Amino acid sequence: MLYRESGDFSSSYAEDSQTFPIKFDRYRYYFVMFIAIAVIPFLINDYWVNSLFLPFLIYAIAAIGLNILVGYCGQVSLGTGGFMAVGAYACYKLMTSFPDVSMLVHVLLSGLVTAAVGVLFGLPSLRIKGFYLAVATLAAQFFLVWLFNRVPWFYNYSASGQISAPERTFFGINITGANTQAWATYLFCLMFVIFSAYVARNLTRGSVGRKWMAIRDMDIAAEIIGVNPLRAKLTAFAISSFFIGISGALFFAIYLGAVEVGEVFGIQKSFLVLFMIIIGGLGSIFGSFAGAAFLVLLPVVLKIVGVDWLGWPTDIVAHLQLVIVGGLIIVFLIAEPHGLAQLWRVAKEKLRLWPFPH
Amino acid sequence: MPEQLAFALEVTANGLMAGVLYALVALGFVLIYKASGIFNYAQGVMALFAALTLAGIIDGQVPFSHLINAVLGTDVHHFGWHVPAFLAILLTMVVMIALAYAVQRLVFRHLVGQEPIILFMATIGLAYFLEGVGDLMWGSDIKSMDVGLPQGINAWIDETTFEAFGYGFFIDNLDIVASIIAALLVIGLVMFAQYTKQGRAMRAVADDHQAALSVGVSLNFIWILVWSLAGFVALVAGIMWGTKSGVQFSLSLIALKALPVLMLGGFTSIPGAIVGGLIIGVGEKLFEFLIGAPFLGGATENWFAYMLALIFLVFRPQGLFGEKIIERV
Repeated sequence: MLYRESGDFSSSYAEDSQTFPIKFDRYRYYFVMFIAIAVIPFLINDYWVNSLFLPFLIYAIAAIGLNILVGYCGQVSLGTGGFMAVGAYACYKLMTSFPDVSMLVHVLLSGLVTAAVGVLFGLPSLRIKGFYLAVATLAAQFFLVWLFNRVPWFYNYSASGQISAPERTFFGINITGANTQAWATYLFCLMFVIFSAYVARNLTRGSVGRKWMAIRDMDIAAEIIGVNPLRAKLTAFAISSFFIGISGALFFAIYLGAVEVGEVFGIQKSFLVLFMIIIGGLGSIFGSFAGAAFLVLLPVVLKIVGVDWLGWPTDIVAHLQLVIVGGLIIVFLIAEPHGLAQLWRVAKEKLRLWPFPH
Repeated sequence: MPEQLAFALEVTANGLMAGVLYALVALGFVLIYKASGIFNYAQGVMALFAALTLAGIIDGQVPFSHLINAVLGTDVHHFGWHVPAFLAILLTMVVMIALAYAVQRLVFRHLVGQEPIILFMATIGLAYFLEGVGDLMWGSDIKSMDVGLPQGINAWIDETTFEAFGYGFFIDNLDIVASIIAALLVIGLVMFAQYTKQGRAMRAVADDHQAALSVGVSLNFIWILVWSLAGFVALVAGIMWGTKSGVQFSLSLIALKALPVLMLGGFTSIPGAIVGGLIIGVGEKLFEFLIGAPFLGGATENWFAYMLALIFLVFRPQGLFGEKIIERV
């Protein structure tokens, strides 16, 4: 009844090509934005921000980035952890070398650095395809983690080999270091999430995105109809790595504060982000959010149910979590290869006809 | 500098031994990939699972005891017996065959005809699942594995090389045994594929599903067979690595070691897996010895194999022995 497109007429090109052409979608979008920007910051405390909101927002950026590469351009990458590490270390070097420059600039610059590294490791994708490429991206993962572990310049010769974020402010408010406030870090990350989602959404429905999808569906055919595979693949690698770099920088500077590269940005992280986009939905921006939310919530919920309610030891719950995540991946791939996003689409289809489906 | 040369020779020998073990893991990948087009990321976890099961059975552990204790409030740990190694290996093999059946029946049967990359991701899910189940069943503490394989320095090689070079090579007996077993396994597998009915059916399926179906080969049976074989290879690899460094989570990471071997050798070639394994084993040890440790700060073994494979692939995208990739629109 509510979800209708009838009576929703476009009278200009701008209206016709807007992101959410259906009025109900648009209002829902405004509503979500309003809640996210104007309501949540007043309600949250440190616990909520650190256990749910920050990881969700930061992983959402990474998932959007990886989704561009895997879901839209069809180049499977297992190097996400390594690229996030590039973002984190670039951010660290910039923060310590230029203390007076705004964090905004630092985070964006770390994204650009990661984009450059991403293009470098994306070059083989022109020759190598499919599984071979997936395995080849592992080279990036292992090499980059090793590099940040072994070359002292990257961690400013600190004795522990860790990097830790110095205190920095944004418009005079602390956003990194020890004395941060929940709403400030939340809003700072939210800003990047909105930026990433906006850019990704508009890129993927424009000519660039169509070229990516053509390459994904069949690269030879795409080449024949005039898509330049070099440009398409490398732009996908660059933009994907840009977002992943931003998320890595935020992950280090805002969320964790101190990072040991092998632990935080290991191969597990690559798989985690990959799982997010599989569960959320390949080739869907909404899916990136849904998958990130799902995999951030799952451990928290399992911990509450298993440890707090049932009183099981934490290691059993941790193992059960592996079983559940693994099982869910398989169930999703069998039942709904397009993930949560597809469920959402189906639900919308149904809603459109409800309550008279025939 | 003869001493350096002797060192290098020792490193090479050890690299060859390590390479054989890599090849062993890679072999499991190749078997499944050839027969079903599934790139089985879970191979490493299967090795871990097999090793855990074997260690658990030998020890007489109660499966899922930790979970049962937590849920029911009981306190069971062991049955109180020790199973002889040979029997335990047989029992583990039964478990692996049951696993192969379950995987085929519950997962991949429903995914027939999906894109390869979807299948690949399903195996990553399977890897997580198995890892969790293995830990729940047998507990996640490090177990030692002893099925009666010889261990320790090989005295004969030590003495002979000492006489020849004035410096005794350190080569583990276990590595020698592992190499011999791996070689036998490979020969056995090749014979199986060439000369038995099932082996031929397996190759037929690898060649063309539809054609194999139309001459009466049962795809389901072959796939279960292949997964069981991969389980067997995983068990052997699990025994070797488990004896060498204990049964623990890091065992599943040998899959990551096998991946560059596969890339180098080609996903579809059994000889490729072996040659690739040897090249990578020797290459990474020598690189670490000659360049990594003195100049780059060490621990280059983690990425060297990948970089080598990556650079190699840029020039030959299908690997050393892989079938030429022909693409049509």
